[in-house]
Amino acid sequence: MAKSEVKLLGAWPSPYVMRAQIALNLKAVEYEFLEETFGSKSQLLLQSNPVYKKIPVLIHADKPICESLVIVQYIDDVWTSGPSILPSDPYDRAIHRFWAAYVDEKFFPTMRGIAAAQGEEARKALVEQVGEGLALLEEAFDKCSKGKAFFGGDRIGFLDIAFGCFLGWLRATEKMNGVKLLDEAKTPGLVKWADRFCADGAVKGVMPETEKLMEFAKVLMAKMRGAPPK
Amino acid sequence: MGEVKLIATTQSLFCTRVEWALKLKGVEYEYIEEDLRNKSPLLLEYNPVHKKVPVLVHHGKPIAESLPILEYIDETWKENPLLAEDPYQRTKARFWAQFVGDKCVFGAFEAACLAEGEEKMKAIESAQESLAFLEKQIEGKKYFGGEEIGFLDLAAGWIPHWLNVMEEAGGMKLLDAEKFPSLHEWAQNFIQIPLIRECIPPRDKLLEYFNASISYMRSLATS
Repeated sequence: MAKSEVKLLGAWPSPYVMRAQIALNLKAVEYEFLEETFGSKSQLLLQSNPVYKKIPVLIHADKPICESLVIVQYIDDVWTSGPSILPSDPYDRAIHRFWAAYVDEKFFPTMRGIAAAQGEEARKALVEQVGEGLALLEEAFDKCSKGKAFFGGDRIGFLDIAFGCFLGWLRATEKMNGVKLLDEAKTPGLVKWADRFCADGAVKGVMPETEKLMEFAKVLMAKMRGAPPK
Repeated sequence: MGEVKLIATTQSLFCTRVEWALKLKGVEYEYIEEDLRNKSPLLLEYNPVHKKVPVLVHHGKPIAESLPILEYIDETWKENPLLAEDPYQRTKARFWAQFVGDKCVFGAFEAACLAEGEEKMKAIESAQESLAFLEKQIEGKKYFGGEEIGFLDLAAGWIPHWLNVMEEAGGMKLLDAEKFPSLHEWAQNFIQIPLIRECIPPRDKLLEYFNASISYMRSLATS
């Protein structure tokens, strides 16, 4: 497939965009990455995602596909010669989908809230909630991996992508707020999984460095407060 | 094909869409009514993370979250497929199901809970913008699935009945037949299908339920 046949509208700090990139990498699909400028939305983005006006948007043979997990499933459905992203068993697929929804609806919003927390008490409460979430995900990892390296088994799968994309921001949150979220004493399985995930060939090139994310976060927070960035 | 149980409540639109899928595929199942004010040990065991309905239990293994449940049902029982074979069509169905089956539900409920005023008008406008997207998707088609109902019809299936009751309880009109003629027609066709109709909760009970929820939410807002 010609490179221009597959385009991805995105931005380097976005974990949601990373999901699409990892999926394309797993399938060895060549694509053109169109970086959206932070703070503005391109015409192409507004045209191809009129509902949400958000990245990522995958454009395949001029057809736009939106919503990161929908995109990942599309990539899995289309490029069938590559390794499967979703498990083959319907029950396992349902479990991956369930936890992916949990990560999006509960886990990440809570984690994101830590930086914006008003006061130490509020921050502590959120850190605790994230800890509880990680404990649940550790259990899920045990069950899904069945002793293997990833939620998907021997190879990265749907839930690895859905959850793993947040690891950059998780590490940035830990550093910026002086908290420990992923703790080998509490969730040893996940700690080892995180290292394996970030080191994987499909992930390495697209996972942003923690330092870069921290810089970006500072810019973001300054913008939100209305102050000029340093 | 093995024991199937559905833990559900009659009023929940998320539960009814699962029943529709099971009936469409001719799957025999045991319906277990849950009392959400007094959650059963069964629910707490099968959905410890959210403690919510619906939960489908197949061969003793539980699945929660209505859209993953629909996908599971479609992958396990092959009669009357819900999703198309074509990847792009499947993707469109998934995208719109997430939009209309989740976001729009809460948008409509939010609008219903607001008391008369500017905020309510804005919420209604926003909810109608969502319906406008859906109108475009159904234009020229009998059902979202084409000639037969499919995944998106089930996800949007709350509109003919639940939205209608929410409108009455919330003192608002969202599904305007003049603004959304195709969607309105789809809604009439969908609710007439016998297996769809037989699963919906009685209107008076649903109205009672929404009246109570809306009063409660409004009382929180003013307290």
